[in-house]
Amino acid sequence: MLIPDISIPKELLLGKTLSDLKLVTEKLGLPAFVASQLAYWLYKTNIQSYDEMTNISKKVRAQLAGHYDLGVVASVKVQESADGTKKYLFPVSSHKFIETAFIPDEKRNTLCVSSQVGCKMGCLFCATGRQGFQAQLSAGQILNQLRSLPERQLITNIVFMGMGEPFDNADQVMKAQEILTSDYGFELSVRKVTVSTIGIVPAMEVFLRESKCNLAVSLHSPFDDERRRLMPIQHVYPIKEVIESINRSDPGKYRRISIEYIVFGGLNDTPKHVKELARLLNKTRCRINLIRFHPVPNVPLPPTDEARLLEFQRALIEKGIVTTIRASRGLDIDAACGLLSTKALVQRENTDF
Amino acid sequence: MSTVETKPNVKFKSVTITSNTEISPNVFVLSFKRDFGFRAGQVLGLAMAPTDDARLYSIASGENDEQIDILYNIKPGGKLTPNLAELKPSDHLWITVPFGSYAGGMEPAYWIAAGTGIAPFYSMYRSGMGANKTLIHGSRTLDAFYFSDNLTDDFGSRYIRCCSQQDGTGVYHGRVTNYLEQMDNLPLDQKYYLCGSAEMVVECREILLGKGIAFSNIVAEIYF
Repeated sequence: MLIPDISIPKELLLGKTLSDLKLVTEKLGLPAFVASQLAYWLYKTNIQSYDEMTNISKKVRAQLAGHYDLGVVASVKVQESADGTKKYLFPVSSHKFIETAFIPDEKRNTLCVSSQVGCKMGCLFCATGRQGFQAQLSAGQILNQLRSLPERQLITNIVFMGMGEPFDNADQVMKAQEILTSDYGFELSVRKVTVSTIGIVPAMEVFLRESKCNLAVSLHSPFDDERRRLMPIQHVYPIKEVIESINRSDPGKYRRISIEYIVFGGLNDTPKHVKELARLLNKTRCRINLIRFHPVPNVPLPPTDEARLLEFQRALIEKGIVTTIRASRGLDIDAACGLLSTKALVQRENTDF
Repeated sequence: MSTVETKPNVKFKSVTITSNTEISPNVFVLSFKRDFGFRAGQVLGLAMAPTDDARLYSIASGENDEQIDILYNIKPGGKLTPNLAELKPSDHLWITVPFGSYAGGMEPAYWIAAGTGIAPFYSMYRSGMGANKTLIHGSRTLDAFYFSDNLTDDFGSRYIRCCSQQDGTGVYHGRVTNYLEQMDNLPLDQKYYLCGSAEMVVECREILLGKGIAFSNIVAEIYF
């Protein structure tokens, strides 16, 4: 008789903070210093198996392997854009996948990581939103996107702007950003890590209190009705409340706060938008990042033209707001902003309809 | 009832449960006395303790009902719902003030829900907004048409149930998305309110957009 495989996947070691690793050693009755050794092997080396942890005894390695998976998983596909951007496909379970974008530039090399498989937020303009939500990523699965990247050593900046809403998976994202910026971890500067949100206020406030990393907020319209039509989250956490919360917690004094603004031609790039943005962001030390809209099939939103975009930028600068235009990278491989999606690979599970 | 400041900017108050009824397998209506106003369509944060993160739920009762009803299903492994299901009358629960702007109106509209996404529409209906609405409810099984007794009586042919996994009398067999796809002549000048999982919302929205409904007439609420 065939016995079905009902084994429960082991916990991942990758993604555990130093405190978590100390709990692991306590649980297994190992000396406390093993936690630091594990952190070293997990976050500062490229080892692929327990066997390579040469300063840990064979017996302890076997004990660890019996309880935990290392969590290092190679990508299964890579696409390269004409502009050098690469899009990696990582498996997170047998039929769930995420995409990660590596964006090389002259001065910096940015990795755009995913925090969820799919997304629950349902923003009208976003390709990820159109695949619905399939799973939360663990901190290990978030970090694996850097850990298993062939260009890992080149990375200077990490942005949580891939698939998913980071603050809808706040616990794991907070662990991941701690490990990215800790001495025991990847040792990236907090100035080089940016978490982007559509504004889930309670989790954002925890982040502002407990992390020093940069924050980016997807704004896209300063007007309540208009933003609600673009982003259902506006029903629950209106942008005014999001900005007020930032102003209370950290109005850009101690970290960089960016406002992400996708420009839809003739829709959210008018003089009244400039005026309202200036009013809304009056007390926030931030910069606005204008993003070209990359059309998504069947989404009735128009891209802007370059002349309008430049005029909108000029008008915002005139209001005293530092405003930049983000270069569109990886458009030919659907790696540009708002285009990441693994919808074609999604197996529909138990939906509510 | 006391109000306490717990996590920064989150104010909880304690309420006493009056009932917690399983209306369908693993689906409950939790009730407590109402002593505050709200607008149909708004959400409340619920927590077992004031130090917990609040989870948001749409209110399912009417603006003038004496009690607040919350419709929820047990999420296996969830932090809140398995504990909610254990609550008995006279137990305590922590709630935030109601908030959110997913509000209904008196104008004709379509209400399109999946699963427990019926809650805000039932609240709107209980608040007297149902007269000129068409309610389309999708679920996988026939026992998931919550509140259908009342809705059938009052909506009549304007209440459409779509069941994807079972056949039932008077029930469209198929997903709510299949139903929408085969609908011709949907009015272009009415609002279409959606509430359900992300999958349901984005798929329904895409179908409606394909039928010429302006995105300004599509009002989506999401679970998260």
